Amino acid sequence: MRARSLIAVGVACAIASTSCGVPESGSTDSLVLADAYELGGYNPVAGYGAAGEAKVYDGLLRLTSSTGAPGFAPALATALPAAEGDATVWTVPLRPGVRFSDGSAFDAADVVATYRAILDPASASEVRSSFAMIERVEAVDPLSVRFTLRHPYAAFGTKLLIGIVPSEAVATPGPATESPLNTAPIGTGPYRLTVLEPTRAVFEANESYWGGAPSVKRLTVLSVPDDNTRAQRMAAGELDGTSLPPLLAAATSGGRMSLQTNTSADWRGVSMPEGDPVAGDSAVRLALNYAVDRQGMIDNILGGYGRPAYTPFADVYGESYDPTAFFGFDRARAEQILDGARWLAGSDGVRVKDGVRARFTVMYNSTDTLRRDLALAFASDARRVGIEVDLAALSWDRIEPRVAQAGILLGGGSEPYDPDTQAYNTLHSPPPDPSTGSPYDNASRHADPTIDAQLELARRSTDPAVRAAAYRDVQRRYAQAPSHVFLVHLDHTYVVKDSSWTMSGPVLEPHAHGVTWGPWWSLQTWTR
Amino acid sequence: MGRSRFRGRGLRAMAGWRLVTVIPVLAAVSAALFAAAALSPFDPLVGYLGARYETTSVTDRALLTDQLGLDASWYQLYGRWIGALFSGDLGDSRAFAQPVSTLLAQRLPWTILLVAVAMGVAIAVALGAGVWAGMHRGGLVDRLVTASCVIMQGLPPFVVSLAAIAVFAVGLGWLPPAGLTDAGAEVGFGQVVRHLVLPAAALAVSQVPWLLLAVRESVSGNRGEDFVVGAATRGIGTATITGSHILPSSLAPFVTILGARLPEVVVGAVLVEEIFSWPGIAGAFVRSAKDLDMALLAILTVGTTCAVMLGSLLADIAVALLDPRVRADG
Repeated sequence: MRARSLIAVGVACAIASTSCGVPESGSTDSLVLADAYELGGYNPVAGYGAAGEAKVYDGLLRLTSSTGAPGFAPALATALPAAEGDATVWTVPLRPGVRFSDGSAFDAADVVATYRAILDPASASEVRSSFAMIERVEAVDPLSVRFTLRHPYAAFGTKLLIGIVPSEAVATPGPATESPLNTAPIGTGPYRLTVLEPTRAVFEANESYWGGAPSVKRLTVLSVPDDNTRAQRMAAGELDGTSLPPLLAAATSGGRMSLQTNTSADWRGVSMPEGDPVAGDSAVRLALNYAVDRQGMIDNILGGYGRPAYTPFADVYGESYDPTAFFGFDRARAEQILDGARWLAGSDGVRVKDGVRARFTVMYNSTDTLRRDLALAFASDARRVGIEVDLAALSWDRIEPRVAQAGILLGGGSEPYDPDTQAYNTLHSPPPDPSTGSPYDNASRHADPTIDAQLELARRSTDPAVRAAAYRDVQRRYAQAPSHVFLVHLDHTYVVKDSSWTMSGPVLEPHAHGVTWGPWWSLQTWTR
Repeated sequence: MGRSRFRGRGLRAMAGWRLVTVIPVLAAVSAALFAAAALSPFDPLVGYLGARYETTSVTDRALLTDQLGLDASWYQLYGRWIGALFSGDLGDSRAFAQPVSTLLAQRLPWTILLVAVAMGVAIAVALGAGVWAGMHRGGLVDRLVTASCVIMQGLPPFVVSLAAIAVFAVGLGWLPPAGLTDAGAEVGFGQVVRHLVLPAAALAVSQVPWLLLAVRESVSGNRGEDFVVGAATRGIGTATITGSHILPSSLAPFVTILGARLPEVVVGAVLVEEIFSWPGIAGAFVRSAKDLDMALLAILTVGTTCAVMLGSLLADIAVALLDPRVRADG
């Protein structure tokens, strides 16, 4: 197949005048990438580039490359912000002499306006919940801003990655999706949008970028929604890179194209609701954690591109990760736990305890094929130890009323840049006022005062050692009495045409992916 | 003479009557769309928030619902939409974060180009091959054409499209696999023509079988009719008989089928645009429906309904003009 497509490309080049349409890819300083998503929507207030991956914008901070959890480096800030008092007040010094792509100067008013626009109800911002801890943001002077939070929050650096827009662009309150920034972004970033057509966007290097002009001068992003079409255009040699699902990426790579992966903290797992006599039973929860074959799911469903998840914490969290908090695949041990808790096998193989049949429902969003496949694998592994899992493919509005009664195949890891954003909402007991959280936070509705105390301690402390110790405690405690069955962390797969560029190195990716991530997440730092 | 004037008047009356009914039909279709959306299992907030739906707090969801006006009853939303429409405001698409008018202006021409070329080719092929097959029924060509039509009829447009890319773009390298231009190139005549070939062919292939089989059927049926047999016995040549006797009366059923197939063409265009990443408006249809992006969905629905109704009206007019046996009072 690969050999044939290479020959095909050769034939194509031979019929040069009509066929070999590769005018720009391969040329010295430009790249052509294909994305699965629609183009446009380049408005940070609506949530675009919330982790600072947007090429036209800079955040106050940016991520640094790492094989583990990335660190933060100052971008529009001049230094990492220091917390005052108990981590409720954060002052950020700003970079002088920076200009937006429309020529206007960057200062504290722009930072204040951007964060206020995100929090303004009139913007209907998609990321508003993620910034709910900010009570106030104000300019101290033209080159420093102060954030005052509703509660101490040590992970506040994660909220300083989002792109800053000029204050003029958000002067009129209104829905973020109706802002001109969506199609004509104005930022301080290393690239500028010069062409936006329905399926093609062109970004040109910002020659006066404060961080130095990027070496890759021109980035063309095509919108190619169909996975197979992207694979075929890649095989035809038209593209420098694209994102593809694991199995298709493996089939497409080869020859001059290599498969690259970025790890992510994007997890999938099953909630085990406290209110259900079976799923809420501590022995059933523990036994299922031993009964699921996580590596089997990774090999068969993810094509090998994933890692087992035992808690929301992945090994990328280094000191905050406790490698002893894990459940090896051990069916015999699962059965032993169930037998010990008097869940005894009935005549049809399904266990029964005190007249209660070991049976519960797991719901998954019907449009998500990955969740469907994982739910099927979970149900089949559970059945092997005598627990019957009924699956229900539903839309979110049908799932939601039953959160407390049935399990859900959940996903998480949309903000993986601190253990707090990664785990707090999933493991902390439900808040006294449920409307301040999402119904899917701690969908098992499990409450453990020890876990709560450690999560809270880590949230308030600015001492990395204290925080790491607290998170390790959380994991050890969780492993004794798990409230979920976490299954896998996903890897995101990309196919890249070989080139002489020195790329920027890997980064931990959030749930979102595409060609703004992958090997291109920090395109401005490529050299050769 | 008198008969032809009668037909002319009947035709005008029919056309006028049908045009008048377009307006209430469009009003009913759009109202039904808004009502159906209110009952839809899709939550517009899920479409709006995407992957962030699971992490958004209940308070913020209520706030977004309120700000975006998602909690209004369907007739309020419909009233607002109609009101804005009459003041010339098509609204903003939430899914694409762009004004609907911009989306239409950028994408509609590419869809029209694709559909027009594809249908032009489909009609030419169907007429040419259909008449030949009908005149030589049972011959080798006829059997070949009919068999391949039956096979093609069973192939969904996305299979045809992917196969076309695999064979002609990746395998043989004759044509570019997808897109409007080569990756990164500017839009230009030569570029667009080369990139149009595969998607237009794929869309044409999905329509040809129905049209071709209809032509073949009516041509071979008409061959046995009295007026053809009569002409042949009077010694009129085959070419003249085909051109002036068989073809005109065979065109009527063909045009009827053409009119009736218009909705299928729309569906075909949706799939073909998606697979070939063609920058048309049909590809936006599915997205707007999934996200309940009403501003875009409503205008696309109304536009498609309008196109189908006018298309079938044109077909009926053509039938009445082509076939003297049809009276235009239906």
